[in-house]
Amino acid sequence: MTQTTTEQATDISDQGQGTPESAEHKPLLEVTDLKKHFPIRGGLLRREIGTVKAVDGVNLSVNRGETLAIVGESGCGKSTTGRAILRLEEPTGGEIVFHDSELGAVNVESADRQTMARIRPKMQIIFQDPFASLDSRMTVGRVIAEPLVINKVLQGKALRDRVAELLVEVGLRPEHASRYPHAFSGGQRQRIGIARAIALNPDLIVCDEPVSALDVSVQAQVINLMEDLQSRLGLTYMFISHDLSVVEHISDRVAVMYVGRVVEIGTTADLFYNPKHPYTEALLQAVPQPDPRNRLEVVPLKGDVPSPASPPSGCYFHTRCPYAQPICSEETPPLREVKVDGKATGHQAACHFSDELKLKGAVVSSIETVPQTASASQAAGAPSA
Amino acid sequence: MSQLAELETTDLMPDDDRAALAPEQSGIGEVSQTRLMIRRFRKSKLAVISGIILIIMYLGAVFAPFLSPNDPAQVDANYKFSKPSHLTLNGGPGICQVKQVIDPVTISSHYVTDCNNAIPLRFFGRGFEYKLFGLIPTDRHLVTVDKGKLLLFGADSQGRDIASRMVYGSRVSMTIGVLGVIIATILGSVIGTVSGYVRGPTDTVIQRVIEIIMSIPQLPLWATMAAVMPPNMSVTGRYFLMTIILSLVTWTGLARQVRGKVMSYANADYVNAAKSAGSSGSRIVLTHLVPNAASHIVAVSMLAVPTAILAETALSFLGIGMLDPAISWGVLLQDASKIDVLQQYPWVLIPALAVILCVTCFQLLGDGVRDAVDPYS
Repeated sequence: MTQTTTEQATDISDQGQGTPESAEHKPLLEVTDLKKHFPIRGGLLRREIGTVKAVDGVNLSVNRGETLAIVGESGCGKSTTGRAILRLEEPTGGEIVFHDSELGAVNVESADRQTMARIRPKMQIIFQDPFASLDSRMTVGRVIAEPLVINKVLQGKALRDRVAELLVEVGLRPEHASRYPHAFSGGQRQRIGIARAIALNPDLIVCDEPVSALDVSVQAQVINLMEDLQSRLGLTYMFISHDLSVVEHISDRVAVMYVGRVVEIGTTADLFYNPKHPYTEALLQAVPQPDPRNRLEVVPLKGDVPSPASPPSGCYFHTRCPYAQPICSEETPPLREVKVDGKATGHQAACHFSDELKLKGAVVSSIETVPQTASASQAAGAPSA
Repeated sequence: MSQLAELETTDLMPDDDRAALAPEQSGIGEVSQTRLMIRRFRKSKLAVISGIILIIMYLGAVFAPFLSPNDPAQVDANYKFSKPSHLTLNGGPGICQVKQVIDPVTISSHYVTDCNNAIPLRFFGRGFEYKLFGLIPTDRHLVTVDKGKLLLFGADSQGRDIASRMVYGSRVSMTIGVLGVIIATILGSVIGTVSGYVRGPTDTVIQRVIEIIMSIPQLPLWATMAAVMPPNMSVTGRYFLMTIILSLVTWTGLARQVRGKVMSYANADYVNAAKSAGSSGSRIVLTHLVPNAASHIVAVSMLAVPTAILAETALSFLGIGMLDPAISWGVLLQDASKIDVLQQYPWVLIPALAVILCVTCFQLLGDGVRDAVDPYS
């Protein structure tokens, strides 16, 4: 197991350090029309009286070695998407194709027990709440060893050595293995959670808001650790977050979700500075600016997020969209490629008017470097997927 | 959006936990949850004292024959409803003699206590024969008297020593409730875990059955069961039947508590982590759910014990639990069910004090355990 890691690490580090866009774009995970509906039960016999469409037709792909961020407000289904991909929630429908190095393309959504048992170690998860994600009755050593024990990878001294190695890998000390989680701070617990997630040498890690529960100073440390591990171990991250500043920092590509659907997906620079969906614009404008020269110019969104139990007709965003037209409440816009001067950009948006609207991107902070524009990043070799 | 860029310079160093940065100090953070719970429990004085009292009471039950001055089953017509013996220190610890005096005018008899010629108490003296722990035959007792009868708490309607019967009664009363709760705990934990982890239709069926069992009125049910029990049943047979009856009504509440706990733990992230590593359902139940729920189960069961003890006492008092040749606190209190007896011989109520002490101690102990286990609930 350890050998494969080093192989992978050297393999990736050649390309990982430079621009991720220049790497060969092999999708690791392709999600097509993923649905997760929760029944609402009521009445004497607990009959189904409705469904909450938490995830309602999500399409996205994650390339090997990249970080795809999924952003959106609370309840938009971003966490459920992550969990459905790992089959922690049984998906209601759709396809989740995982490109495994040994098994080839596997549809996780319909995989049988044996296949799942072989695929599960390749896809791990880091949780939001570091206080709830570690069993308080287990020592840290047992917590980290658990995935290895379950999969019967190592035993005895080899297992203890691997745990010590993992602890060092995430910036803790080997003797911490005999301590209990209550003796650690939030950031340290998150490191333990990361050690558990990388124990099996996974390809994909779903990071479900891994730093949202941490202090800002600790957030930076954990993010840096995650980036470090990504380049050394060749990990692919699916980074679920609502914190746009963290997302801008860590991700290669970003998908924006609204009421269970992906409304826009593109490279980080494209999406942040050249958004093509009014909802993305609203999200970006809602980020507070620490610079008094950049005051909010856009009127914030009015109203509430529609209930996923009874979403509006047509485009789900038309009830709050400042640019809404009659067609928006009638037809659901598909997620389609945005064309710049007739050329494909790999930037997709689900808006009837994405080609016409001139939307404001993130405010360029005086401290930030000048952002790349859509065409500039394309010149550098934007994804064509 | 620039915060991160600035903070990027921070080292990849562990967080600011002093304990973790300190040089190898043995034991830091190596205290398990169980040991933390014991520490918290020790802090609640009331619970610790209750626990000690209960241990003493259980020791009393074990050494019941040694502690009893008189054979609890010995009927003595001369001592019917006899008053508690008058203790005196006149010429060493002893009891006053009681003399029957007949009034020469009315020819009615009355009793006169004479403390001048006290009967001395004899410690570790000889009394009725018994087998200690059911093995060692002996006739030594803690306190005996050579003449008359030492009746610390008086005698009952058949002249039997209430104090001795009280000590003997603890053997039944203090074990029947605990045994019933243990059976209920096993039943409730298994059914509750299945219900909470499997969920779906299984859960629905189990919950509806529990609701039906809970809605059956208990007293008529018990009365019916007592009526069905053969009257010539042996004392042990009745004892075990009573434990089963007591556990039948307590397991439902326990099963619900366990179900709730299991449900919340089953959604915990550490369970999801185990699932994403490919853990089987049974492994999750055994390594995560059961150990986490165990302390809570213990606390809830502890709090169910006093209820079960009271239930046994109540049933025996009503004559549908343990019956006379058996000795339990409820059986002793049966004498106190007649108002005229109570009025003239109030000492027949003394066994109730044992019930109150025992139940209160269990209650306080249970509270202490619960606070130690779930300090935030």
